[in-house]
Amino acid sequence: MDKPFGYSWLIGGAQGSGIERGASVFINAIASAGYYVFGKREYYSNIMGEHSYYYVRFDKKPVFSHIEKYNILAAYDAETVFRHSLESLPESAIIFNSMHRNVRLSEIPTIEKRLRNDISKRLKIEPNKLTLQMILEEAEKNGVKIFPIDYNAILNEIFRKTGESLSDLTRMNNVIAVASSLALLKLDFDSFVKGVIKTFGSKKNVVELNRMAGELAYQQVESKGYANEFKIKLEKLGNKNKRYIINGNQAVAIGKILAGCRFQTYYPITPATDESNFLEAHENVELSDYAAQAINEEKEHLQSQGSIVVMETEDEIAAITMATGAALSGARASTSTSGPGFSLMVEGLGWAGMNEVPVVVTLYQRGGPSTGMPTRNEQGDLRFAIHAGHGEFPRIVLAPGDIEEAIYDTIRAFNYAERYQLPVILMLDKYLANSVKSVENLDLTKNKIDRGFILSENDILKLKQEGKEYKRFELTDNGISPRIFVGTKGAVFWNTGDEHDELGHITEDPVIRDKMMEKRMNKLITAYNEIPFDVKLNHFQAIKPAITLVSWGSNKGVILDLIEILKGEGIEVEFIQLRLLNPFPSNELKQVLEGKRWVDIENNYSAQLAGLIKENTGLAPDYYIVKYNGRPISLDELYIAVESILKGEAPIRQVLRGGT
Amino acid sequence: MELKLKLTDYRTDVHNNWCPGCGDFGILSAIQQALFEMQLEPSKVAIISGIGCSAKTPHYVNAYGIHTLHGRAIPYATGIKLANPELEVIVAVGDGDGLGIGAGHFVHAGRRNVDFTVVMYNNEVYGLTKGQAAPTLGKGVKTKSLPKPNINLSVNPILLAFASGYTFIARGYSYEVKHLKDLIKQGIMHKGSAFIEVIQPCPTYNDIHTKEYWAGKGNIDPKTGKEVPRYYKLEETGYECIITNDTTEEEYLAKISKFIQKALESGNRVPIGVFYRDLRYETYEERLASRMPSYKYYPPAKQKIADIAGNPITKADKILEEFAV
Ligand SMILES: Cc1ncc(C[n+]2csc(CCOP(=O)(O)OP(=O)(O)O)c2C)c(N)n1
Ligand SMILES: [Mg+2]
Repeated sequence: MDKPFGYSWLIGGAQGSGIERGASVFINAIASAGYYVFGKREYYSNIMGEHSYYYVRFDKKPVFSHIEKYNILAAYDAETVFRHSLESLPESAIIFNSMHRNVRLSEIPTIEKRLRNDISKRLKIEPNKLTLQMILEEAEKNGVKIFPIDYNAILNEIFRKTGESLSDLTRMNNVIAVASSLALLKLDFDSFVKGVIKTFGSKKNVVELNRMAGELAYQQVESKGYANEFKIKLEKLGNKNKRYIINGNQAVAIGKILAGCRFQTYYPITPATDESNFLEAHENVELSDYAAQAINEEKEHLQSQGSIVVMETEDEIAAITMATGAALSGARASTSTSGPGFSLMVEGLGWAGMNEVPVVVTLYQRGGPSTGMPTRNEQGDLRFAIHAGHGEFPRIVLAPGDIEEAIYDTIRAFNYAERYQLPVILMLDKYLANSVKSVENLDLTKNKIDRGFILSENDILKLKQEGKEYKRFELTDNGISPRIFVGTKGAVFWNTGDEHDELGHITEDPVIRDKMMEKRMNKLITAYNEIPFDVKLNHFQAIKPAITLVSWGSNKGVILDLIEILKGEGIEVEFIQLRLLNPFPSNELKQVLEGKRWVDIENNYSAQLAGLIKENTGLAPDYYIVKYNGRPISLDELYIAVESILKGEAPIRQVLRGGT
Repeated sequence: MELKLKLTDYRTDVHNNWCPGCGDFGILSAIQQALFEMQLEPSKVAIISGIGCSAKTPHYVNAYGIHTLHGRAIPYATGIKLANPELEVIVAVGDGDGLGIGAGHFVHAGRRNVDFTVVMYNNEVYGLTKGQAAPTLGKGVKTKSLPKPNINLSVNPILLAFASGYTFIARGYSYEVKHLKDLIKQGIMHKGSAFIEVIQPCPTYNDIHTKEYWAGKGNIDPKTGKEVPRYYKLEETGYECIITNDTTEEEYLAKISKFIQKALESGNRVPIGVFYRDLRYETYEERLASRMPSYKYYPPAKQKIADIAGNPITKADKILEEFAV
């Protein structure tokens, strides 16, 4: 498929051999040269040895998604070549270790039987006879150029110069692959060095060794005349805006820091832990001058500091309940997990709903059910997040679709949690968590902090003077009662998971039960009425749309990219991205979707969003595009699927099966 | 000395629906008296409970009362306390609550040494669900609520608390209210996690270890020919086990073996009183403050996060710089 996809680069190798680092050097080099990047990481639930790879797509204009094909495959082990060499774009390049030519497919234990058989069948050669050379020749038939690199020569040269141990030096194979790629792309060596410095930072010796390796790789590519054989040439671009390269875990963490989250709990789980680790690494936060003025002088030395308590708990039940406790005391508090952990959190979620405690849960979806595919992508928890828990209680579910929204919606999550006094579930997925994107025009001042209806000690004093009693669950029209923090002077309150009266004491009185139930559920109506349209959903309009695409979460990126590609072909499509999933924006969605021919696009088996839409609006999609093989939807496969719908050739339900 | 707060200031007018003669009344009373004698402002105190008969305690105490989920009182309490260390936090758990469904949390609290007091109501049964065997019920015991004798061994709460790292370990008896009140006061004053097991007769479901049983029914002293209680007070025997940084290895081993002996005593001579004090470890709050100097002055609940206009005051620009290209 020859489409204006920009450029795509893939690095692969064994888990633990520096794939992520290598990708980081590449991404930062390309980005420092002024390109927009998008990077996606795929890995096994394994510490060492299994195949891991990283796709980077880059272009002069913003890119939001990946394609499952490459212009350059940067391999330093044989497995990567076997796995990926047949996914090339026209005239692409394969960089590989020249020593590996005679490695046979059967010698690689980490390739699944299914895949081994497929490769073997495709080439009609038995695995124990099928060498790397043969698969490269097959790739060459498709127009791929192969560029053997002598990795060992480079390492030996560095060994000769520095005396570092050779086995240590092999750790730089990743960077040799990166530098060879950049040399092939004719990107200046300076940009490479910038990538190395950004990645290895303060470790001077490591930076120097990697610089040397890179220099030798550049020389080798040059001396072999490879660059002339490869068409693509990257110029350095002038960078106008300041850009950042951030992944979803980091975006949420930044959002939490900014939102004033001061208590985060977690039990380790992929792909959520990185968020908590990031917060812990930044547990001492700096505050602006305002805080300095607001506090008294004896504590002067600490004026500009705040702290985030990050607790690694014994399990996820402790994680949500501890965070809820901290919220009761008045801290903005949250926890972070993925499906298996969220399953355990459910009882805590119900208690927070029953007691109207503002607690935020980041839920990073991954392949389910049960342990499922821990390191792979899925959007299978939508229904679960909306319904989790026995009985009925209000909650808000928000699903940002990209890095910027992840930052802003995280701040919103805390605001809604406090304003409506309920748990808020912030849903992302592995694709968003682990993918990086160039971000610009970030506005960290755009979101305000809204702590909702809180009474101070003075307010309590006033109440007392008026002869009134403080009631934590006072019945109000909008369902929102005055909140005080545990420890507020002059008052107390009670909480209980039992149905309770206005003071918080247990009751089974049917009249009070009705009132309390209605009060709690009313908060969802209040929230629904107050939350602005553009938080509920994003409507990417088109003047005369050929079709309407409807989706949620991390699919935003790939759909926006598709819209651009189609536009280039003179086809207009519109896109509705649902962001508030509970309470469901029925009216708003109806307003923009009614009467349209539309496609539901989701990363799950049962099209959960389409079901919700049907339930809430009565509208049903004309087409479904679903994917549940654990891999996110790629731009190239989505293009084919939507194109076939536009041509009238598609079945009602298409299942995407791309990805390795 | 004039006392500002009266005992009645710690009571609520919530109808108490424990069974008549329930051992829980004694524990409630001891908690209220401890708070009263310490003159703790009700709004400075938080009582956190799990689920069970025992867990209703907070509703009967005029203080912040957080009645949570079965087994989860400890993590809720941990969050409440760490977000605002100024609070006096008491955790009321049942034996099923604390050592059955919540055993994991019970153990992990010991690793942290958060400055709170865990009071465990031990009636050997799951009271509120009508008397099933709790983890503290001995093997072979058949209470009237059990269809068959219990076939599980029981867990020893005192030894488990020690193994977990609690730095103050005691046992009280719910009909020794004054003694129990003193234990609770000591637990509150102790810096770190205090654990107090309370023997609590359940008149409805536990017909084996009743109030009369503990009072000495059938337990005849051969010398005097009189019934003697089946418990005794540790402090009256001169027993003490305090571990400090100055305790030598040798002293430590001697003290701990004595402690273990006491913790294992059962049958007709069950010790109550303070078993163990460990003054070597900082509290979790102190550990946090050593990593985050501002924590001591502005714990999470006390930090400002926005200015008057609602703008965030946390600076994220430097953090963002880590990602700049
Ligand atoms: C998750 C969960 N499982 C089961 C129950 C039912 N339940 C209520 S009270 C209780 C037992 C309480 O026993 P214990 O902790 O010993 O307290 P006691 O009533 O004896 O004071 C159980 C199992 C529950 N409330 N929640
Ligand atoms: Mg019990």
